[in-house]
Amino acid sequence: MAKVTRRSSRERPNTSIRRTSETVSGWLFCLPIIIILGLFLFVPIVMALWVSFSDWSGRGNPFFGNVHFVGLDNYKQVLVSPGLSQSDFGTAMRNNLWYTLLVIPLQTMLSLALAVMLNRKILKARGFFRTAFYFPSVTSSVAITVLWMFLFSSTGSVNAVLSWFGVKGPNWFNDPRGIIQVILGWFGVKQGPATLTQHGFLGITWWDWLAGPSIAMFAIILMAIFTTSGTFMLMFITALQAIGNDTEESAIMDGANAWQRFWKITLPQLKPTIFAVIILGVVSTWQVFDQIYTGTKGDPAKTTITPAFLSYSAAFQNQKWGQGAAISFILFVVIIVMSAVVRFVLRERTMSKRQRAYYDKMKEEARAMTKTKALPASIREHATVTDRETI
Amino acid sequence: MSKYSLSDARICNGVQQWWKRLRDSGMLLYVVLIVIALIYIMPFVIQVSTSFKTDADASMNPVSLVPQVWTTAAYSKLFLHSDFPLWFKNSLIVTLCVTVGRVFFDSLAGYALARLRFPGRNLIYLTLVAVMSVPGVALMIPKFLVIKSLGIYDTYAGMIFPLLVDAGGVFIMKNFFESIPRSVEEQAMVDRAGTFRIFWSIVLPMARPSIVTISILSFQGSWNELSHFIISTQSASMATLTRGVATLASGQLGQGNQYPLKLAAAAIMTVPVAILFFIFQKRIMNVTDGAVKG
Repeated sequence: MAKVTRRSSRERPNTSIRRTSETVSGWLFCLPIIIILGLFLFVPIVMALWVSFSDWSGRGNPFFGNVHFVGLDNYKQVLVSPGLSQSDFGTAMRNNLWYTLLVIPLQTMLSLALAVMLNRKILKARGFFRTAFYFPSVTSSVAITVLWMFLFSSTGSVNAVLSWFGVKGPNWFNDPRGIIQVILGWFGVKQGPATLTQHGFLGITWWDWLAGPSIAMFAIILMAIFTTSGTFMLMFITALQAIGNDTEESAIMDGANAWQRFWKITLPQLKPTIFAVIILGVVSTWQVFDQIYTGTKGDPAKTTITPAFLSYSAAFQNQKWGQGAAISFILFVVIIVMSAVVRFVLRERTMSKRQRAYYDKMKEEARAMTKTKALPASIREHATVTDRETI
Repeated sequence: MSKYSLSDARICNGVQQWWKRLRDSGMLLYVVLIVIALIYIMPFVIQVSTSFKTDADASMNPVSLVPQVWTTAAYSKLFLHSDFPLWFKNSLIVTLCVTVGRVFFDSLAGYALARLRFPGRNLIYLTLVAVMSVPGVALMIPKFLVIKSLGIYDTYAGMIFPLLVDAGGVFIMKNFFESIPRSVEEQAMVDRAGTFRIFWSIVLPMARPSIVTISILSFQGSWNELSHFIISTQSASMATLTRGVATLASGQLGQGNQYPLKLAAAAIMTVPVAILFFIFQKRIMNVTDGAVKG
């Protein structure tokens, strides 16, 4: 890399020499990451795509020897043909869907609440609180899972604390009952209506789809919230600091109470960050693997199996490599589709006329409330930035 | 507060007044924050104290913070009669290699993308952006296939190389290099220094804050990595802490719950990351800063 590089002026006659040497060093500088990306990202994807269309059994090289092209068979087994593969996949999708549905709103609301509380102008021990809330985020998922298995064991700390209040806690990680079915059971509903129990999708009945996360899965959901809320809290704190206090102060002067200020001034300006947090949530909640591998291994009664874990266990444990790879690709598509759905739902432009009118009214009110020019400008800016800039 | 003799209404009134005073004094916020902070901290305190308990004590008194009998049995078993030290060593080797490698490759690529003009630059940039959106978990089987065919399965190479690229790190470095003025390098160019010389001895030393940031992220990321080590290794001698402790969790080291042992293992594997966290607290909190704005 001893080539001479000159950058002093573009008008110099030796520009072309500089150009060539820059090209060479540019590519040389990027070479390491290109090689590693190629070897461990592109080649793998191509190989796995082939495997997902083949009957490779895990022995020898999938490109040579006795390996056959089987078309969409692996995908069919997982998605269409009734059987264990299909119902396992359906169960995994059910589990993960509930996981996503609970984790994303809870972690978003909790982290936002923590950020708002810590963003008070006058707060003692701010650093302490921030550290306490963020610390779980830096620990490994394996270590946290081990800890969780103890806390939520039948004789664990959580049940001990619950017993102080006269509540007899469940045997968390061994309880496959879905929480919605448990709640329905309190009202005497033990059996679902025939329309739900006799029809289904992906090999499991609608009644099972609607069962809710199992109690075991619920403990894992709590763990996810515990470990991610800190990271998202920091994102919200950053965003809140960027918003600044000016508009807030003028709203105080106008007598808006804390709740109004939060809903009408702070929240609209936080929209881009909320959007980012939700998208990150979608991407990460569909990749749950470590916790399941370390902790429940999919038990009890398969209620904590996730597609990511299923793809691993199909391939590495049951030697159904084609199916495992197929599940990987389906999962990949699921994540892309889910993110697209969130983007679509949260997009400003897709607001219905009524929502738009409400949003405009809200902005109008905020404008009136502050009587400064700072707020509308910043709101406008944030509103336009929302879809593209966040990630 | 009132006693039993008072009527319900007056108790209610008292509670209301007490509530109002609490709210107006601003103490309510602290009460809420302290309760939440306790919920966040207590699991770790319980973890450490339980690791010094006996198995029976851990099951009998899961909340008490003081062991009935202090014992370091869990720790001595971990360090003297298990593969734990080996796991620790493997984790350390892999993590250090990955961290050094990432810092070097990320800054090389970041510099090229920020400063050098060459055909294909945008293509590389866009590819990296796309890479960031590929869900890692979906790549487990594919990566295994490649590692196996390259013949680096169950070796340090197989554990380290695939972890070396980290698109996020490239972007952090790129952003940094774009933020420093060009005049810094121009003097060196007049002196006819090579591109790599300029990068290595002039620009890179200036990038210390970003390098620290990437080092922390890489250290934390590879120390806590599990899925990649599951698919790239098999033998007990190559197990890292994450893989080893995960097998511990499923009870492969004797009978019974063995909570003190497991919790001790989990606590020790948290220590290096925790130390890093407390030293670089300010910077770590800022890391997320950049990630959001970036």
